[in-house]
Amino acid sequence: MAKFEYAPAPESRAIVSIKESYGLFIGGEFVPGLDGRAFKTISPATEEVLAEVTEAGPADVDRAVSAARKAYEHTWSQLPGKERAKYLFRIARIVQEKARELAVLESLDNGKPIRESRDVDIPLVAAHFFYHAGWADKLEYAGYGPAPKPLGVAGQVIPWNFPLLMLAWKIAPALACGNTVVLKPAETTPLTALAFAEICQQADLPPGVVNIVTGAGETGRALVEHPGIDKVAFTGSTEVGKEIARACAPSRKKVTLELGGKAANVVFEDAPVDQAVEGIVNGIFFNQGHVCCAGSRLLVQESVYDEVLASLRRRLATLRLGDPLDKNTDVGAINSAAQLARIRELSEAGEAEGAQRWSPPCELPVKGFWFPPTVFTGVSQAHRIAREEIFGPVLSVLTFRTPAEAVEKANNTPYGLSAGVWTEKGSLILWMASRLRAGVVWANTFNKFDPASPFGGYKESGYGREGGRHGLEAYLDA
Amino acid sequence: MPDTPDFERGGLPGGSGGMESPRGLPAEPSPRTSTVTASRIAVRKTYKLYIGGMFPRSESGRSYVVTDHKGGFLANAALASRKDARDAVTAARKAFGGWSAATAYNRGQVLYRVAELLEGRRAQFIAETRNAEGIGARQAETTVDAAIDRWVWYAGWADKLAQVRGAANPVAGPYFNFSLPEPTGVVAVIAPQASSLLGFVSVVAPAVVSGNTVVALASECRPLPAVSLSEVLATSDVPGGVINVLTGRTAEITPWLASHMDVNAVDLCGASGPLADDLAVAAAENLKRVVKPGDKDWTLAPGLERMLAYLETKTVWHPAGT
Repeated sequence: MAKFEYAPAPESRAIVSIKESYGLFIGGEFVPGLDGRAFKTISPATEEVLAEVTEAGPADVDRAVSAARKAYEHTWSQLPGKERAKYLFRIARIVQEKARELAVLESLDNGKPIRESRDVDIPLVAAHFFYHAGWADKLEYAGYGPAPKPLGVAGQVIPWNFPLLMLAWKIAPALACGNTVVLKPAETTPLTALAFAEICQQADLPPGVVNIVTGAGETGRALVEHPGIDKVAFTGSTEVGKEIARACAPSRKKVTLELGGKAANVVFEDAPVDQAVEGIVNGIFFNQGHVCCAGSRLLVQESVYDEVLASLRRRLATLRLGDPLDKNTDVGAINSAAQLARIRELSEAGEAEGAQRWSPPCELPVKGFWFPPTVFTGVSQAHRIAREEIFGPVLSVLTFRTPAEAVEKANNTPYGLSAGVWTEKGSLILWMASRLRAGVVWANTFNKFDPASPFGGYKESGYGREGGRHGLEAYLDA
Repeated sequence: MPDTPDFERGGLPGGSGGMESPRGLPAEPSPRTSTVTASRIAVRKTYKLYIGGMFPRSESGRSYVVTDHKGGFLANAALASRKDARDAVTAARKAFGGWSAATAYNRGQVLYRVAELLEGRRAQFIAETRNAEGIGARQAETTVDAAIDRWVWYAGWADKLAQVRGAANPVAGPYFNFSLPEPTGVVAVIAPQASSLLGFVSVVAPAVVSGNTVVALASECRPLPAVSLSEVLATSDVPGGVINVLTGRTAEITPWLASHMDVNAVDLCGASGPLADDLAVAAAENLKRVVKPGDKDWTLAPGLERMLAYLETKTVWHPAGT
């Protein structure tokens, strides 16, 4: 069959107007930082500077916490749930209305393909606000007692892999339960959070209910260690998560952590191969593998190893890497130079430790941060690439013979965020699900998210759940 | 469902004295409509049935006079017949497959959309509720606001009912066992007689939120706000047939609904006395789920009862093992 080339199909970025510089969003307004420090956010696909963003210092964080406290005491906690709900419904609607704009902005600042920001991130953001809006006046039905109370002010720190979606996971349940928030977006992806601040203004959300402070690790530290907050919610690396757990240990702050993962994606011999390969590809190459629940360890039953690997390589050769704003792009840019360095370092360790590295023929753009889809075979459980979270488009393939061995290997990790099971046998799915030490088990699918579905980890993948009825607990005095 | 086009015959102004009103809006009385000579004649609305997403008159060609609380003429509402009721059930059954299969998220958004559009017609409904119920402006506002908020409240339930009413059941064996709520089917609703809008919303929304479809008989003497609501429903992404609205005589229509073998549940709210008893007996023929008759203060926060009344619980067993 003749091979057809894809014509470029770039989404126009004209829909987004990015300001030259952004202040902090405190008390319902954009304000300059107190010590005048700023940093630049760039497009990881081109290294073009997109905007200058204020770096919040401790005094700025303090201002934001005060604004949140004031809003909590005088406005938000006084408002009946059904009225809080209306603000959240408004936000959901505005996100839907601005869906295109937000998707383009997210892809620009993060480097993820527009197909993903448009079809996954932004619709889920709206869905999260919609879902939690409904809870705001129904908390007495959520199973936490007849009149569950909010905690107060929540300090929230989110990562760069799903910037606006992680914001929604944090802010929607917090507000629905009656808390106010100070949120710090990641330093490499602050723009959609700042766009969200404008959405709060459009929705006439009372000032101070949502505050957004931009900055890097130091800003985050100032926030989670601030004595004026009642709740810490963090999504990010296990290393930082442990630091936060230590820092908050002497306090009365309620802490929820959604951390790293090293998910096993287990393919049994009776699995439909084409479907499983699609799931494997989605599991590890979705969002360039910048996914805490990514299926980064592929466990294949020995009897179908050759067939699965051949099919996987064939499929990977069809992936299109490049301009995140191109609607045909499957694999976008790595989010930052630092992340690219880490992916490279671990991949080199994989080779050095004796695993075989393979990538499809793949031309990388000259500017920006890029890494080709990569598969390691001959990986042992002792290899670093089988133990450490790479957070990039790198798949480590291992094999097994029996279901018990699959369980053993899948659970042989300090992480426990997610797992995948591929088999036609329903009873085996449930048998596996009951033995896998992971917070989410996908059966014959992978990387599925829904606001109604609780998400979160076992073991060192963190504690607490986000989404669903269970996710409310993180923001209630329950 | 009527398949003949329902041609308008033109709205002629009232023949005799040329007196406009009391069909006008007492909330905002306009001097322009007080006499023929002073200004234009208002264009009146024909209040029709709402069946399968269409607005037919009664197939019987009948109507009945609806008056305000002082006895002044408001409109000739359609006087639904047995056949209209049966057409409405057919339409509701036809819509059930799609509506019950829609995602809960989608149903929630559709119900929320009803609230959005109702809010946009707030003034109209305040006026109509005042006319229908003879209540003051302030009370009418409160009532309409509560009706809007009620759609929002139920909208939020769409994707939470299963989380509150479903369960994973720890059976003593190697089985995964779970129970989920599912809609029962077509629900016939006899709406409250007194509360023309808030009461109507409060009995219809809890049935449709979980995926049931509804045939609702509006308040006999105060049907007009419900008819206007059907115009909101028609333009707010609620698929045709999901909610069907009849106007007419409670005693004439309800026996056909209560005894209809393709109706799965009936809300006897707006029925009373011996009629209510007869309807309950008729409903027993195919074991309809029955919500007992009785009016209530609809301004109070509703509980789960009316949603739960129209839910079946489905339990699934699946073995777990290698």
